[in-house]
Amino acid sequence: MSELDNLLASREMILVAGSGGVGKTTISAALGIAAARRHKGKVLVLTIDPARRLASALGLDEVGNAPIRIDPKAFEADGVKLRGEVWVAMLDTKAGWDELIRRHAPDAGVRDAVLSNPLYQNITSRFAHSHEYLAMEKLHDLHATGEFDLVIVDTPPSRNALSILDAPGRMVEFFGSRLLRWLTVPYRSRLFTVASKPFYQVADRVLGSRFLQDIADFFILFQAMESGFVKRAREVEALLVDPRTAFIVVTTLETAPSYEARFLARSLVERQMSLGAIVANRVLPQELAGAKAAKSAAKLLDLADGDLASSIAEELGGVSVKQTATVLTQVAARFDDVALVAARESDRRSELATLSPAMLSVPWMSGDIHDVAGLALIAGYLRGAA
Amino acid sequence: MRPGLLDLDLLWVTGKGGVGKTTTAAALAEVAARHGRRTLVCEMDAKGALANAFDVGSLTFEPTQVSPGLQAMAMNTEDALREYLRLFVRIPFIGRIGPLAKTFDFVADAAPGVKEILSVGKLCYEVKERTYDLIVVDAEASGHIVSQIGAPKVIADLVQVGLVRDQTQWMLDILNDPARTGVAVVTTPEEMPVTETIELLGRLTTETGAHASAVVANRVLPVLFSRREQKIADRLEEALPILKKAAGPGTATVLEAARLTEQRRQSGAGHLDRLRAFLDAELDVDDAVPIFTIPELFSRASGPRVVSLVADALTDELDPDGYPNRGGDT
Repeated sequence: MSELDNLLASREMILVAGSGGVGKTTISAALGIAAARRHKGKVLVLTIDPARRLASALGLDEVGNAPIRIDPKAFEADGVKLRGEVWVAMLDTKAGWDELIRRHAPDAGVRDAVLSNPLYQNITSRFAHSHEYLAMEKLHDLHATGEFDLVIVDTPPSRNALSILDAPGRMVEFFGSRLLRWLTVPYRSRLFTVASKPFYQVADRVLGSRFLQDIADFFILFQAMESGFVKRAREVEALLVDPRTAFIVVTTLETAPSYEARFLARSLVERQMSLGAIVANRVLPQELAGAKAAKSAAKLLDLADGDLASSIAEELGGVSVKQTATVLTQVAARFDDVALVAARESDRRSELATLSPAMLSVPWMSGDIHDVAGLALIAGYLRGAA
Repeated sequence: MRPGLLDLDLLWVTGKGGVGKTTTAAALAEVAARHGRRTLVCEMDAKGALANAFDVGSLTFEPTQVSPGLQAMAMNTEDALREYLRLFVRIPFIGRIGPLAKTFDFVADAAPGVKEILSVGKLCYEVKERTYDLIVVDAEASGHIVSQIGAPKVIADLVQVGLVRDQTQWMLDILNDPARTGVAVVTTPEEMPVTETIELLGRLTTETGAHASAVVANRVLPVLFSRREQKIADRLEEALPILKKAAGPGTATVLEAARLTEQRRQSGAGHLDRLRAFLDAELDVDDAVPIFTIPELFSRASGPRVVSLVADALTDELDPDGYPNRGGDT
């Protein structure tokens, strides 16, 4: 069994984290397939933002909130043998907040008042990293049902990849904060005078009292749901540090994503969360950075406009010697640039490898992944089998 | 007729994280300064990237002189609030605002548009005061810029009375005037950056009154060969034994590098075509949003050197006229 196989066998939840644009969704789906290849049982891939292409690649008309099983025939058709079942669900964050309000509101009055508050849309879409929090809530739900042996969560892309870890904590902090209480006090107590607090003087003049009133109304309502939210947030937090949960960090080897990945890996360790593996995606072939290739490129450049061009042209047949010489020169001259990029990426990969128990690599492939066969190919690379 | 980027008063530079937005913003500012515009470049998200681009340690709310005609600053909400209160509410403050700023910060996080309006307001104020010919904004990555530019409109819709409401109209006048305010979206020739660019351009139109001025495509791989030459390049493998004999065992890898690069170039070109198609479909041909191209530099350098190289490339694309050249490699 490979390192990945061990990891997938020993955990109940895997969170796939990393900066945006590194291929997390594709890798998450591939991890699901990797798990089902080796192990019996049901694995769910919870994806946040699948390209519509991925949904159709999986043979699904559309991916919704409710888990759908990928048709086993789709795998057989491509010669992929699975021992287990692969299910997919998508987190719809728009519906999510409404769902959360409905769940936590103490009564219909509060619920309707919140949902119809003019600030509701604006505030919930912007604060407390709502997408991340909802992903965590969903994960908690699914884990609680016990329906799946393994849940793989494709986390939302965020500029700060840590925000997903902070999400439940911030939710708790928000409800418990003195500032929230301070903000809502004046409008609860009729005896309180605005004039007595300098903040309100300025805020009243700058923002207008009606705006402040709207904000206060909203937060008073929100507080009514405090106990529900806080209890759930604590449960979700506990899930993140549970020994049955592991993180997999996905990155490419370019500067910005690698930097984020390094930061993320270190933060996970600091918070005593379990980092299971780092996946380097779109990796250039190692040989590009090697001395052999560099030597050949130099030689090629030397010989490009001599007899070599003639022999090549003759071998190919029907091509101009001059153009062949041009091609050889360019190919040789440009090689150093590519080698430089490959060398830098190789350094970054080595650095990342020191931060994680397992370092997995997926090579750069031309074209996007269109179908189950493509995903299975990636699964193969991840398992070290390809 | 669309104004040139350098003829605007306020130019927002945005794009998905990692595409080279800060370098591009810095380079645009440098081109402007080289061509005689008094320029300010402002970093909005205080991550220090702009300071690195100019190799100046750190940037503050007070502008730092970077080079002749070019100053740089970092937006800071607390400082912006203090200045706003001093200028418009006429409350003099000595020292730090302290608890007021913290409370404000909290409310601002929750209340839509409030924090953004301070930053946008500061920039619009500088435009109004004509302290500079051009202000280049190294804006936050894609999603947030709509909140920022859209802030005055949000506030105008939500806030009924109060000073801030009265303030929003003059800001909107600046932001909605395509002769004064523009947005340049930076992208690379890759799937997600291009998809997000298209989405962002759509949102700019529907959620704000601001106008897209240009797309800057960064790290573009050049077309190396004519079609005939490319066919030869594609077939080189057929002659691998001869090549190996001449140049050694590493030759196969050299050919693979060329193949990989060409694949990446093609894939990138496909994504840029998709972007071009979107831009052509959206607007009249006369008014089409241009795509300026910055080639992949394969540079070992970082900081000011890279900014300078990108500025050279942008100068070739923008082809600025009018003011005499202040210097630079062109």
